[in-house]
Amino acid sequence: MKKNLFNKVTGLALVSALAMTGLTACSSTGAAGSNTANNTASSDTDNSESSSQGFRTLDEIKESGVINIGVFSDKSPFGYVDENGDYAGYDVYLAERLGQDLGVEINYVSTEAANRIEYLQTGKVDIILANFTVTEERAQEVDFALPYMNVALGVVSPEGAVIDSLDSIGADDQVIVISGTTAETYLTKNYPDIKLQKYDAYAEAKTAFENGNGVAWANDNTEVIAFSLENEGYVVGIPSLGDQDTIAPAVTKGNETLLAWLNDELVALGSENFFHAGYEATLLETYGADYEDTLVIEPSKN
Amino acid sequence: MQDLGIDVLFKGTNFLRLLQGLWVSVEISLISVVISILLGLLVGILMTFKNPVLRAVLKVYLEIVRIMPQMVLLFIVYFGTTRVFGWDLSAETSAIFVFCFWGTAEMGDLVRGSIKSISKIQFESSFALGMNKIQTYRYVILPQTIRRLIPLSINLITRMIKTTSLVMMIGIVEVLKVAQQIIEANRKASPNAAFGVFAVVFLLYFLVCWPISRLSVYLEKRWAL
Repeated sequence: MKKNLFNKVTGLALVSALAMTGLTACSSTGAAGSNTANNTASSDTDNSESSSQGFRTLDEIKESGVINIGVFSDKSPFGYVDENGDYAGYDVYLAERLGQDLGVEINYVSTEAANRIEYLQTGKVDIILANFTVTEERAQEVDFALPYMNVALGVVSPEGAVIDSLDSIGADDQVIVISGTTAETYLTKNYPDIKLQKYDAYAEAKTAFENGNGVAWANDNTEVIAFSLENEGYVVGIPSLGDQDTIAPAVTKGNETLLAWLNDELVALGSENFFHAGYEATLLETYGADYEDTLVIEPSKN
Repeated sequence: MQDLGIDVLFKGTNFLRLLQGLWVSVEISLISVVISILLGLLVGILMTFKNPVLRAVLKVYLEIVRIMPQMVLLFIVYFGTTRVFGWDLSAETSAIFVFCFWGTAEMGDLVRGSIKSISKIQFESSFALGMNKIQTYRYVILPQTIRRLIPLSINLITRMIKTTSLVMMIGIVEVLKVAQQIIEANRKASPNAAFGVFAVVFLLYFLVCWPISRLSVYLEKRWAL
């Protein structure tokens, strides 16, 4: 009896093991298309790592014929994947052009906000183009190229009672913010007298604002601009508040050849107004024409 | 009827991409599950041995797996090995390694528990019948252990399948990531898409886990004493 049972179990295990080997074999040939790009790239990273750099120089990238660019795959309209499975968005618009001018194929790597620095530091991507805000802390970890977009805070309010200056907010009025955002930090620090109404999620803050729980809503300016365009009856009274931050491409710390090429390329693109064209192709639909000059930077030498 | 946004799945190749994402999840988890079960049986048996060095090593191994979140393990294996040793493991290899590392430890502990739960009389009777240690395990202990293991390991297997959603953190585009991409790409056109798309993802996970669950019920009945 027991022997019988054991045989069955071994049989089952063997069959499943065989099936799995079959499956893995199939899939590794099946996915050859995207994997080859990955493999060539990785073997080259290996080469550069043996010389203990942790990144690929401009020449190594050109030689391999593939550049690895880290982008968001779910942050419309900056970096996302369209219904045909192709990467698209403002960051990708730039990435496509970089690949074209460098004469190499692009291997897009889907990144998250939390792992962008890791990807650069390990040389697993060559450039990050993922709505990457330049900050001092980050600049110690990676090298930023010239910026191509502005970000700041913005304040949206109802059409009937537009707030166009934070000083016009009364003592009893409340401003809606989302907990943990730069808007909350900035207002708490610089305007301690303004009463804040804090919500954990975007959807809650939106509902509260629409119900008139606060006189205004402070958030990233791209967010409030998109909100005012999508919802009738709201105006962005303060489109740009607080510290003006910028978005820039980033490369691994110390990758001078790639950084130098990237900066020259960005200046050249800036002189042909490439980023305005990029805005019109990707962001116009979400943010409208009014904010084009507020948001876009054409990189220049100074 | 309120628009649930399921229609976004039929735009372009969206649904196909979702299925491809599901396949990525299933592939990583099934390879890991098979390896974990086989290694887990071995590690579980080793865990019952009295050798103090072996015990200490396995104890440390199990504790590491218990304490470390899988996300941290993924980061250590994918980014850490590149930083420290200069190895360039692919994301898939790293993911399978981490899932096997985790699965083997947990499976091993389940096997250890199941073996321990078999009464000493079974061992003594087999020895009395003249069987040696290997024969005892093969014909008496393991068959009983495996029967006790079924419900426990099914829990582990389904948990491993669901945890594959973490691999998006090392750049693997699996089913949940594809779902987020589809929802985000249609944020303006169909703001409610999140509900419909996640409902479909739920259904897909269910379709993968349910047969495993049924298999467990079948085996339990089949092998019941």
